[in-house]
Amino acid sequence: MSANARIVEALLFVSSEPLDERALAQAAGLSEPDIEEALTHVGQRHTQGNSGVVLERVAGGWALRAADDTAMACAHLLDQLSQRPLSRAALETLAVVAYAGPVSRPEIARIRGVAADNPVQSLLERGLIEEAGRSDRPGNPLLYRTTTRFDRVFGLEEGRHSLPLLDELGDDLPDAAQVRDRLQAMAATQGIAIHEPAAADHPA
Amino acid sequence: MWCWLLFVSVWCLFLFVSVWGLLSFVNVWCLLSFVAMPSALATTVTGMATSSALALELDLEPFAGPFDLLLALVLRDVVDLGEVPVADVCLRYLAQIEEEGELDLESASEFLVLVSALLELKIRLLLTPDEVDDMPDAQEAAEELAARLAEYARAQAAAAWLAERLGEVGLRVFRSGPPALRPPRPLLDDAGTGDPTALAAALRLVLTRTDEVSEPIHVLRRRIPLSRLLDHVRRAVRETGTCTFDDAVKGLNRTEQAAAFWAVLDLIRGGEVTAEQDAPFAPIRMRATGRQTVAIGVAA
Repeated sequence: MSANARIVEALLFVSSEPLDERALAQAAGLSEPDIEEALTHVGQRHTQGNSGVVLERVAGGWALRAADDTAMACAHLLDQLSQRPLSRAALETLAVVAYAGPVSRPEIARIRGVAADNPVQSLLERGLIEEAGRSDRPGNPLLYRTTTRFDRVFGLEEGRHSLPLLDELGDDLPDAAQVRDRLQAMAATQGIAIHEPAAADHPA
Repeated sequence: MWCWLLFVSVWCLFLFVSVWGLLSFVNVWCLLSFVAMPSALATTVTGMATSSALALELDLEPFAGPFDLLLALVLRDVVDLGEVPVADVCLRYLAQIEEEGELDLESASEFLVLVSALLELKIRLLLTPDEVDDMPDAQEAAEELAARLAEYARAQAAAAWLAERLGEVGLRVFRSGPPALRPPRPLLDDAGTGDPTALAAALRLVLTRTDEVSEPIHVLRRRIPLSRLLDHVRRAVRETGTCTFDDAVKGLNRTEQAAAFWAVLDLIRGGEVTAEQDAPFAPIRMRATGRQTVAIGVAA
């Protein structure tokens, strides 16, 4: 490996956060094209099946992580296996924070229709979300956003930009109009007349 | 004891939620009163036998809150709520807790929320619209509820994607430590070059920088299940019928010893073990009483 590649390798080794080309260039005193070339060499050296750690593009930067066949042993060392899997409530909360963040607890509760205190606390403890200042809304509630750790655990190459668009998530996702139609249809089949007079009294 | 506590809690929560529902969720619940409720009333043809079975087999785990329940009612199958015997569901759940012998506080609290939502729905069933005097504009309420449910459905879809993604990428292990002693300040170094954009960028960095929060995530947190230590102490005492605390915890580390002490207190409470100590810091002598109980443990 060239001297540049060795420097980049060392920088990635000592860093606990993904580093982008700019940060690497700054630390190494190299130009960004040099860094890109060095990264290619580091990537070739650290591949699955060839090295215990692999180079990954994650959270808009570059980082080293345990290769697939070494991850289990590392997880044992760090006691990551005794962690309970994320509950459904935690996943929903995480999804709201990832897509709508920075977002406050009351806002999460509004979307989910149930208090979000426990899932937020559990996600904070796992380091998947973090505080991100305070809202301007009354009471100035704390805001939360997802962390770099979240990007890494979920393997998001460009961080939040790598999340799929909500519209792409499923064809059967109902929109407000559909839900409203279902509600009205249900009311109609049950012979509920409340809706119609109300609509007549207040024409849209 | 737990059963009664839970039962009483359900009713307290029910009262609370009724008031709370009327005050803050009035739009949502009012809409329920004329959509979900009457539909439940009208489908009573299913008969008691089927509906009781339905209620008893009601898998409570999939519901994560009132909106979840509502979405299921509206978009999937319409559960015949009017025929769901909430008391039976409670009893069933209590029986289940007793079988398991372990109280999961998280799922118990979710159950309370769900059951109170069910009760709220049922109570609406008994009220005529006249009794709900502050009924807001129905059209407006319908719009708002529909928008919220659609938003929630999206959050659910996103959560499902995250869960799937987690399975796809597998276990990802990487260095997670405290940040470097001196965080990198690339923009600040450019500030003195006379370039106004660099100065502006540096100013923005300084003004928006939040204080370093110490993150506990790199500290290992070991979970010690109390049930394991309960078994450990039980075995130690039963072997000989009597044993000191020091002997029982021999070979355990300090944290486990502390948890073992908790386990001893739990066994004393359950009447399985008696313990005595002649003086402060003197050996604690434990004796098995021969009684066996199903202890409800909490994970330490």
